[in-house]
Amino acid sequence: MLTLTHFLVLGAILFAISVLGIFLNRKNVIVLLMAIELMLLAVNFNFIAFSHYLSDTAGQIFVFFILTVAAAESAIGLAILVVLFRNLNTINVEDLGRLKG
Amino acid sequence: MNWADLNMIPAAPELFMLSAILLILLVDMCLSDEQRGITYGLSLLTLVGTAAVQLYTYTPYPVYTFSNMFVADPMGDIVKLAMYGTTFLVLVYTRQYVVERDIFKGEYFTLSLFALSGMNFMVSATHFVSLYIGLELLSLSLYALIAMQRDSIPATEAAMKYFVLGALASGLLLYGMSMVYGATGSLFLQDVAKAITGGSANHVLLVFGLVFIVAGLAFKLGAVPFHMWVPDVYQGSSTALAMMIGAAPKLAAFVFVLRILVQGLGPLVADWQGMLVIIAVLSMAIGNITAIAQTNVKRLLAYSTVSHMGFLLLGLIAGTPEGYSAALFYTVIYVLMSLVGFGILLALSRAGFECETLEDLKGLNQRNSWYAFLMLLAMFSMAGIPPLVGFYAKLAVIKAVVDIGLIWLAVVAVVMSLIGAFYYLRVVKYMYFDDKQDNSPIVVRGDMKLVLSVNAIALLVLGALPERLLVLCVEAMKQSLNAL
Repeated sequence: MLTLTHFLVLGAILFAISVLGIFLNRKNVIVLLMAIELMLLAVNFNFIAFSHYLSDTAGQIFVFFILTVAAAESAIGLAILVVLFRNLNTINVEDLGRLKG
Repeated sequence: MNWADLNMIPAAPELFMLSAILLILLVDMCLSDEQRGITYGLSLLTLVGTAAVQLYTYTPYPVYTFSNMFVADPMGDIVKLAMYGTTFLVLVYTRQYVVERDIFKGEYFTLSLFALSGMNFMVSATHFVSLYIGLELLSLSLYALIAMQRDSIPATEAAMKYFVLGALASGLLLYGMSMVYGATGSLFLQDVAKAITGGSANHVLLVFGLVFIVAGLAFKLGAVPFHMWVPDVYQGSSTALAMMIGAAPKLAAFVFVLRILVQGLGPLVADWQGMLVIIAVLSMAIGNITAIAQTNVKRLLAYSTVSHMGFLLLGLIAGTPEGYSAALFYTVIYVLMSLVGFGILLALSRAGFECETLEDLKGLNQRNSWYAFLMLLAMFSMAGIPPLVGFYAKLAVIKAVVDIGLIWLAVVAVVMSLIGAFYYLRVVKYMYFDDKQDNSPIVVRGDMKLVLSVNAIALLVLGALPERLLVLCVEAMKQSLNAL
């Protein structure tokens, strides 16, 4: 039998994977965008689990909003990525070190 | 819900602004590059018009609308008016700069105004969904604005960095919101507060969510230990954008923090107070000490922002209406000061030259003593030297923490502002006691010169008469928080 805790643990694991993905990833900016996407999905998971557990639809409505915003966000992220690639000819995270000081 | 009962009046300024933005988008399509000045004029008119609607619909008590997801209260109104003024100043200051850098396009104005409407929704939201939507409208517009300088490597890198860390912050915030939702069963800030007071909420879940929310908010404010993006983004993006990010969004972020922590999670004050104390002390210490080592003025101002966020949090830590109004006062004053600082940098930049390092400020007094004097006012005010208003802002927040008995915190704040005075005064030394190295004339549009002078003199005038603004903040805060 699946309980609320199972869903919350899964959400927490997904969230942790995505945060680690952002901080440990040294290879590719696209992986960063994927990690961001995964993070929002982990949050959605939480909202849906709570919404079902509380029998309250507000949480599910919130998920629709998050999905919509996530789509807009990845559109802008990819657009910035294209501009970056045109300037640098690389999307390696390690090559983005110009601003450290 | 009955549509006939929908009261649109409290949201009239936002609706006016959104319609005006759509109109500007349409008009701008029909204009050639030489006629771009019309878009600029329309944007300024929109700001003036929105401010007028805001004043006309002002009510001295909170009014809820859109199924209680939106509130117009005196505190929000003051902040919104300050944001219109700030955006107006930013557009006037950056005009010449963006023309010289070829980003004087319609998108520059529409995105700035969209960012402003996002900030308006952040300020007025009382529901987690509307808070989140407002925040994203602001953030997405800012990412696109920074990336507008398509051929500049630092600007695109800064946009990427801001994007990734901004998205991470939103993710943290949302994760915290989901936990609070699970614990209290509501997304409305008032109901969240009621559920916590009523004791029906799971405390462990709540505190777990609170940690994520505080981390997300600290990210958005740019407070230590989540400040890494601030200096990089300020340095990488054009001075115009650094100014825009450092001004109005700070006001919106302050109210955003106040709504979530005080109006929503107010009953958990004992839990978040401790976290904010750590964040505030670290921000003041690391912000001020790291700023000393900077040779780039934009990075220096970025670290100074970090330290100012620490001071602002002092007011919130107090957890009293006096403390909140002191923090509100501090934010408004901080924005006024940073506008002058960045305004001078914009005035000294010209086509093909960015005024960025401390060396570029050398001998400014010999080149143009008036601008040197205005910069001196901004620096003295940021350092908190008495006749200027920055002193009263610092005094107000420090008094708020003394009132709740946190004397050691007040002592730390005073010591840190002394350390901070060192690098502000060093800027003054470069301007007044070093010889000039750059002989090119400073060419500035007349309107910018006038507005910049008024902006800087306001620091002096408000320093002489700080009571009016302070009383206004206190009254607005009382009216807005009473209704809880």
